[in-house]
Amino acid sequence: MGQIHLEKVRKAFGDVVIIPDLDLKIEDGEFVVFVGPSGCGKSTLLRLIAGLEDVTDGQIVIDGQDATELPPAKRGLAMVFQSYALYPHMSVRKNIAFPLKMAGMDKAEIDKRVDYAAKTLNLDAYIDRRPANLSGGQRQRVAIGRAIVREPKAFLFDEPLSNLDAALRVGMRLEISELHQRLKTTMIYVTHDQVEAMTMADKIVVLRAGNIEQVGSPLELYSHPRNTFVAGFIGSPKMNLLGGAEAEKYQAETIGIRPEHVRLSTTEGSWKGTVKVSEHLGSDTFLHVESPVHDEPLTVRADGEFPVHAGDVVYLTPEEDKIHRFDGEGLAMKTNSRAVA
Amino acid sequence: MARKVTTGRKIGTTIFAWFVGLVIFFPILWTFLTSFKTELQAISIPPVFVGFDWTLENYRTIQTQSNYFHFMANSIYLSLGSTALGLIFAIPAAWAMAFSPTRRTKDVLLWMLSTKMLPAVGVLIPIYLLFVRFGLLDSRLGLIVVLFLINLPILVWMLYTYFKEIPGEILEAARMDGASLSKEITQVLAPMAVPGIASTVLLNVILSWNEAFWTLNLTTSNAAPLTAFIASFSSPQGNFYAKLSAASMLAIAPILIVGWFSQKQLVRGLTFGAVK
Repeated sequence: MGQIHLEKVRKAFGDVVIIPDLDLKIEDGEFVVFVGPSGCGKSTLLRLIAGLEDVTDGQIVIDGQDATELPPAKRGLAMVFQSYALYPHMSVRKNIAFPLKMAGMDKAEIDKRVDYAAKTLNLDAYIDRRPANLSGGQRQRVAIGRAIVREPKAFLFDEPLSNLDAALRVGMRLEISELHQRLKTTMIYVTHDQVEAMTMADKIVVLRAGNIEQVGSPLELYSHPRNTFVAGFIGSPKMNLLGGAEAEKYQAETIGIRPEHVRLSTTEGSWKGTVKVSEHLGSDTFLHVESPVHDEPLTVRADGEFPVHAGDVVYLTPEEDKIHRFDGEGLAMKTNSRAVA
Repeated sequence: MARKVTTGRKIGTTIFAWFVGLVIFFPILWTFLTSFKTELQAISIPPVFVGFDWTLENYRTIQTQSNYFHFMANSIYLSLGSTALGLIFAIPAAWAMAFSPTRRTKDVLLWMLSTKMLPAVGVLIPIYLLFVRFGLLDSRLGLIVVLFLINLPILVWMLYTYFKEIPGEILEAARMDGASLSKEITQVLAPMAVPGIASTVLLNVILSWNEAFWTLNLTTSNAAPLTAFIASFSSPQGNFYAKLSAASMLAIAPILIVGWFSQKQLVRGLTFGAVK
């Protein structure tokens, strides 16, 4: 079991409110990702759930039990830290065994569990090494091993991949996803990287300044962002947000169109523009196009190779049914053009 | 651009370093030499460096005049006792300030250090009277308490700087892993802080060993450590430099040996945190 409910949770440091009243339900077995720009309170929220910070107000309920006042050790949660936080004076084996030792488990059972965890995480070859003699990826796996041996109610990950290089990050991302599929244990994962959020989550919680902007599955957030913040945050490259005359045509304050929902042509289209930067990746082509319809360059993605370069003139045509409309407060308008059609 | 290091520059800095080293070391060298002279040679003008009649007479004399081992035992009791007592208080204090700092932590640290700015003689009378009242004069226990208290701020400061270097996330990890407060300190914090604690202990032992003001004023013979042993060979009249030097050499020898073998730790301790 690993059901975590936050009820009117509030956190303030002195007069500074980090998290104003926040409600969130995390169901058993879900992979939930907290995502948001730095300083949005996502790590603080995770630390509140862990019990490493005290809530100022509100309740944290774990499996139907009020855990608000429980110390971290009594909550039955395991955490993987950004810095891995391995015990530098202990071998890999002792690191992984530490929580079991603290729980007073008998030696034979500890050895059995540690060996099993080491095997599943491909750590058996390094079991007697100290953390200082391991690579970043190996350290990360030890930290995960230390978390899984306890069979916790839920795993908490605090930006666990941000210290790894890009190639390793993709690999570890897969490993964590596989781990979730195998264990089916609740996981809460904090990241500022929306790609990690999109690829791993069952449910994404988008945070800004301690407020939940939207909760939903990755595709829900992608297809139906609730406001301009979520629209701009989810998706890579970012959605183009246009105001002014173009938005008025759609009876909106702001319209949004994703780079992949704009048709490109060198001969005709709705918006004329000049290529400022072109990025040719082979599989895709990204163009940053300066156009009179918007004061910032528009980002456009084309499948495969699109042979234009800086200075060339291109025409852009947004796909009508993929246009997002937002009102004066930045909130998505229900009846978008697709709904009308 | 890397600075160019020329041979001339290297020679220059080497000579300068040796010069500074010799200036610092000279008083000890001079004491060492004097301890092997006769009293007359010790005060001869011009002074003699090595061309004198080397003699062990002074060492023999002071052995017969007083009991070196009695003083040394006291020095060991006092320095180890005050250090042990100090650690019991300083480790939790430094732990609390390093890992759960409040807005006042810096002030508390400064305030503790400020107690070291008070001239010791300023509180001699009250402390002396307290010692009289509690019957602690010339007792090891009383001196252990005084030495423990005067060095406590330094102990807390040093340990605080060490503990600051330990990432808080590691202790949080221990908490998440179910460690109780005592397990967190004994199994995670202490092992990581061993080098820091070791150099703190060493420095405190040296400070207590060499402390002269309180040991001289609050003891007569029973609890007197080696500082009193040295002082007993100075007298208002007559020639005593050679015997005093011999006594000094005997007094600093144990701590010199300990310090020599642990200088790596000590230097690390004194400069810890200075460079990252």
